[in-house]
Amino acid sequence: MQSLFLQGPSVTLRTILLVVASIVVMVADHRWQHLETVRGNIETYIIYPLRYTINLPSEFIGWTDESLTSRQDLLDEKHKLEEQQLRAQVSLQKLSVLEKENARLRKMLSAQTKIGELVLVAEILSIDLDPYKQQVLLNKGRKHEVYIGQSIIDARGVMGQVIHLGEYSSTVLLVSDPSHAIPVQVNRSGLRSTAFGTGNSQQLELRYIPHNADLEVGDEIYSSGLGGRFPPNYPVGRIVSIDRPTGEAFATVLAEPVAHLDRSREVLLVWHNPPVKDVLISEQPQLSDEDFE
Amino acid sequence: MMLAKDSIKVVVPTVIFALMLHMWPLPEWMAYGRPEFVTLVVMYWTLAMPERVGVTIAWCVGLLLDVTQGAILGQHALGLVIVTFIVQLEYQRIRVFSLVQQALVVFVLLLIKQVLVLWVYGLVGHAPDLSLYFLPSLIGAIIWPWVFLLLRNLRRKFSVSRGF
Repeated sequence: MQSLFLQGPSVTLRTILLVVASIVVMVADHRWQHLETVRGNIETYIIYPLRYTINLPSEFIGWTDESLTSRQDLLDEKHKLEEQQLRAQVSLQKLSVLEKENARLRKMLSAQTKIGELVLVAEILSIDLDPYKQQVLLNKGRKHEVYIGQSIIDARGVMGQVIHLGEYSSTVLLVSDPSHAIPVQVNRSGLRSTAFGTGNSQQLELRYIPHNADLEVGDEIYSSGLGGRFPPNYPVGRIVSIDRPTGEAFATVLAEPVAHLDRSREVLLVWHNPPVKDVLISEQPQLSDEDFE
Repeated sequence: MMLAKDSIKVVVPTVIFALMLHMWPLPEWMAYGRPEFVTLVVMYWTLAMPERVGVTIAWCVGLLLDVTQGAILGQHALGLVIVTFIVQLEYQRIRVFSLVQQALVVFVLLLIKQVLVLWVYGLVGHAPDLSLYFLPSLIGAIIWPWVFLLLRNLRRKFSVSRGF
């Protein structure tokens, strides 16, 4: 039997309870990150199948594109890649010498040497997230030993870090998101700063830089590794403009990220030895060699 | 408030489909105008059968929306609950409106939801650029008549509920 009117007080009461519940959940999620497991489970068991389905057409297009490429195109690409590989090998030769020299010099100074990082290739899924946030979704998740706070790089530089984790997928906050900041160092002068996102994928902002800081347009900025979240010495950006307004305490410094934040399709997940233990979900990942490229 | 068996087979698929439309990859210039399909669908079902689809279901759907959007958990849920509550209070009046009048009401409701979401953005300190922010509400109101007719046809086809 369908009643003509809904029971008034019960709906109002329920609404009030749910509003309170929303606020509690928001505070718990935003302040203490208590609900990451809840979010992860919803992501894995309800949302991921949907995302997978949505991603299928673009996967299919990619597959047909690959299957229907002509032999000549493949050969051309092969030659191009071989040439690239050769160039990379040449610069690597120099690099390995430099690396050894660096290690020797560091030993002489009895400073600690840098330990190499593990990387894993991941792909960005063609799924739209909130257009007002600089986020992307990767096809690797907890199953692949990804952890929250893990750094993401592409072939050119630092892209961002993992903020949410599902079993087979993870959400990455890009360095250009307004809520993101990364500790950086200027390569030329060694000046330390923090690069904040601006919401524009072509722009980062270096804040709290005094007017007389040794900084020039074109300077390259690298991750400094301070804070322990990002591995040190990966390129982050290039200074594009420095404005020193009189009467202001700090200069306005804008940088352009070197990673192709809105164009890359393949990215790398980096494992390094983070000093901050509490961001680690598991200890050093136990992955077989063929997982890495 | 539990969904009866016969309504599960229509309500759940439409909500899931709306969620998928929310995640569907669009070119960047279109992504800013993407209407809130999920809110429209939940609104329709509340309007059509308020005794079955109400604030509790709206809250759960809102949480799913939060996860799909990478938002703070509860951000969209709060907006959906408030909007559903208003529809539940006024459903008898909204039902007798013409489609154009309904679209106006829907526009106001979508605006309320977006303002609530914006308010949470502001509270956590990262208010987005407002120049195109309310465009999804406008587009949502414009497509409301089609959403309404489509869902009504679906509901009648599966004869989920009497009346309306």
